[in-house]
Amino acid sequence: MSQACVHCGEDCGKAPVLYKDLPFCCNGCKTVYQLLNEKELGSYYSIMPMAGIKVEEESAGEKYAWLDLEEIKNKLLEFNEGTISKVTFFIPAIHCASCLWLLENLHQLNPGVMASQVNFPKKEVSISFKNDQISLRKLVELLAAIHYIPEISLKDIDKKKDTSSNRKVLLKIGIAGFSFMNTMMYNFPDYLPGGELIEQEFRSLFGILSFLLALPVVFYCSNDYFLSAYKGLKHKVINIDLPIALGIITLFLQSSYEVFSGSGIGFFDSLSGLLFFMLIGKWYQNKTYQALSFERDYKSYFPVAVNKIMSDGSEQSIPLSDLQQGDILLIRNKEIIPADARIVSGQANIDYSFVTGEAMPVSKKIGDTVFGGGKQAGSAIQIEIIKEVKQNLLTQLWNQNQEKNQAQSVLNSLVNRVSKYFTVVIILIALVAMIYWLNVDKRLAIYAFTSVLIIACPCALALTVPFTFGNTMRQFGKREFYLKNTQVIEDLYRADTIVFDKTGTITMSKAFQLSFEGSLSDEEEALIKSLARHSTHPLSKAIVTHLADAPVHETHEFKELEGMGLSALIREQRVIMGSAAMVLGEKHSRELTESRVYVSIAGKYKGYYRLENTYKEGLGKLIEELSGRYELHLLSGDNDSEKAVLSRIFGSGTNLHFNQSPTDKLEYIRNLKKEGKTVIMIGDGLNDAGALHESHTGITIADDVYQFSPACEAILSGRQFKNLFSYIRFTHKSLRIVHISFGISFLYNIVGLSFAVQGILSPIVAAILMPVSSVSVVAFASLSVNWLAKRHLK
Amino acid sequence: MSVIVLLVIIGILVAAGFLIAFIWAVRSGQYDDSYSPSVRILFDDLKESKEPSSEEELPNKPK
Repeated sequence: MSQACVHCGEDCGKAPVLYKDLPFCCNGCKTVYQLLNEKELGSYYSIMPMAGIKVEEESAGEKYAWLDLEEIKNKLLEFNEGTISKVTFFIPAIHCASCLWLLENLHQLNPGVMASQVNFPKKEVSISFKNDQISLRKLVELLAAIHYIPEISLKDIDKKKDTSSNRKVLLKIGIAGFSFMNTMMYNFPDYLPGGELIEQEFRSLFGILSFLLALPVVFYCSNDYFLSAYKGLKHKVINIDLPIALGIITLFLQSSYEVFSGSGIGFFDSLSGLLFFMLIGKWYQNKTYQALSFERDYKSYFPVAVNKIMSDGSEQSIPLSDLQQGDILLIRNKEIIPADARIVSGQANIDYSFVTGEAMPVSKKIGDTVFGGGKQAGSAIQIEIIKEVKQNLLTQLWNQNQEKNQAQSVLNSLVNRVSKYFTVVIILIALVAMIYWLNVDKRLAIYAFTSVLIIACPCALALTVPFTFGNTMRQFGKREFYLKNTQVIEDLYRADTIVFDKTGTITMSKAFQLSFEGSLSDEEEALIKSLARHSTHPLSKAIVTHLADAPVHETHEFKELEGMGLSALIREQRVIMGSAAMVLGEKHSRELTESRVYVSIAGKYKGYYRLENTYKEGLGKLIEELSGRYELHLLSGDNDSEKAVLSRIFGSGTNLHFNQSPTDKLEYIRNLKKEGKTVIMIGDGLNDAGALHESHTGITIADDVYQFSPACEAILSGRQFKNLFSYIRFTHKSLRIVHISFGISFLYNIVGLSFAVQGILSPIVAAILMPVSSVSVVAFASLSVNWLAKRHLK
Repeated sequence: MSVIVLLVIIGILVAAGFLIAFIWAVRSGQYDDSYSPSVRILFDDLKESKEPSSEEELPNKPK
């Protein structure tokens, strides 16, 4: 019988921590509950039951001592005058109305807090406090104690721009709307029969008023379009803002001429309305886009785990987001350093190729600082985190490493090419229409010219791909399939060949049946564990898990031969483990039925570990689904002991290859590519990095613990492995949505233009239709992707 | 017809008033977060008394 924790809703397990007969999953949650109850903040739980956040229990200690430094305080505090200070924290944990309520009732928890206010969409809380009663450090510790740990970064100061740009668009909309409504009133009589009877003095008064109202619209509200068009021209590019800028200038000049020559009152209403509707379209786009990118950066991003060394010396794997300054981490061979850190022990050889492109490893001593993004080569090291961890950093790293595949996106280059000619063609059509109408009706000429320029906006065209693919990525992210960028969707769509790795990919990494043939003393087990923990290979990890209780010794001269095994000097004894060839120096007989890891200590052969694989759930069905449409290959670094079983699962059409070293795998992929195949490689992120990188799309399978490697293009949770086929098929649906959206956009342009050149479409109608078309394309792309995802993805 | 001049002036003043109000609202950050205020208004005020309330009154039993 298990209960849900009153605080966070997690399963309490068999032995819940009880407080007042209520179950809690851990002491941390109980402490928060007690704290809230003491201060009569129990309604926290009534707003949203089990709203709390579970955090690894740990006292703050000296962790936040750095917040007492004057220099840091000055940077963080937005306001600091006398005894009153104000600060804003980004708290990623904010997720419901209860969070909001509690954070805004901080003054109940500590009288030093004067007021606090939450900005929900941005997950920020601004707190005003009396600095003589509660210091900044104490405040952060208070937040941490109720499990709302603020993410503090000194870079925060730079990113204030976000709000101001959003506000600017709103201001521009307001001003344009104001001018639009008023000018419309002045122009209204002209639209009515008998309008020409208005007295001349009123006509010129209205004209001048309209002109004055249009000034802020032209010179303030539309400056982004002018700037963008100007920048484009400067780089000799004709961009989509140029026709809009041209339209605005033409309308303004023609209208001013009419007003001051007394021949009419111009099109100032159309001009302001145009800006008003275009800005609304822009604002909507920004908002949707921000929501997408926020989710990408902070929320649904891939689950990276790190190995933390606890205070009692044991190792525990924790999610990256829980990592804090001062934590000690174990970084094994080929693992990435997640944040800036100091080396505590071990011989560090850091390869910064993901950051700088320089592949030569740099050797570092104990006490040296290493930067996030470096990759350890050699034995495991321990590092102390000295800087706040940002998931962003790894995201950037992932995105940076994309020199391959670039310029391959057929879709994007198509869009770019079309947009380029599009603008030129539109300007030509507009000119032709104007010249034609100049001979017939001068007023209509300006109308037709600007209407053509405004209505034929390729915005819809340009928005289709980012919004469809952005939403597809989001839907995948929700289902634990994380893509590096939108390009991957296109690559998945084009793939015709799938290559599987065996160990850790199609087998369950946790469910090894492990036993030792031979006998080992406790001391020898300790030696084996000490060696195995340096490696990230699935078999090594299985052995470390198996020997959980054994102590760990220091290792020297650690070496990992890829596809062969490990060796090191531990307690002055040479420990070697790995394949038969590595340990016994011979090609072993091939009648094996399981994977074996041979062990020798101090030159003496001790026996071997026998590991039996269990295949992932749903493997058979997945292969069946895939085999009809894709060419399948299996590359295994292991011996061919399971060939019979595997060929039964994969069928006769599959190429099974055994005893493949990482280099062999890479070569194999390279050859497939030479044959003109588009290859998906599915493997283990660290050990198959080369092959993953070489393939068109490298997919890493992540079981519970995942070590981040930027070499792949996608990360798939082991639990979702069986759904891989439906994910790949879904990319086809995304592409279809893109094509349909293109169709809608073209149809719209053709219809719109045919009306515009006839001069029967006023610029203002064009200005309404343009954002409507953009919005409808964005809405169509987003809604259809979400709807299809609901139907076709599990 | 001079009444039209008057109406125009009044019209523009009223509209300008709303524009200024809107600019003020944007600048003071009222449009930055459109979710929290809708929830915030529903929160009950806390009781002023500092006496420990009995357990039954605490709305903390999980459903």
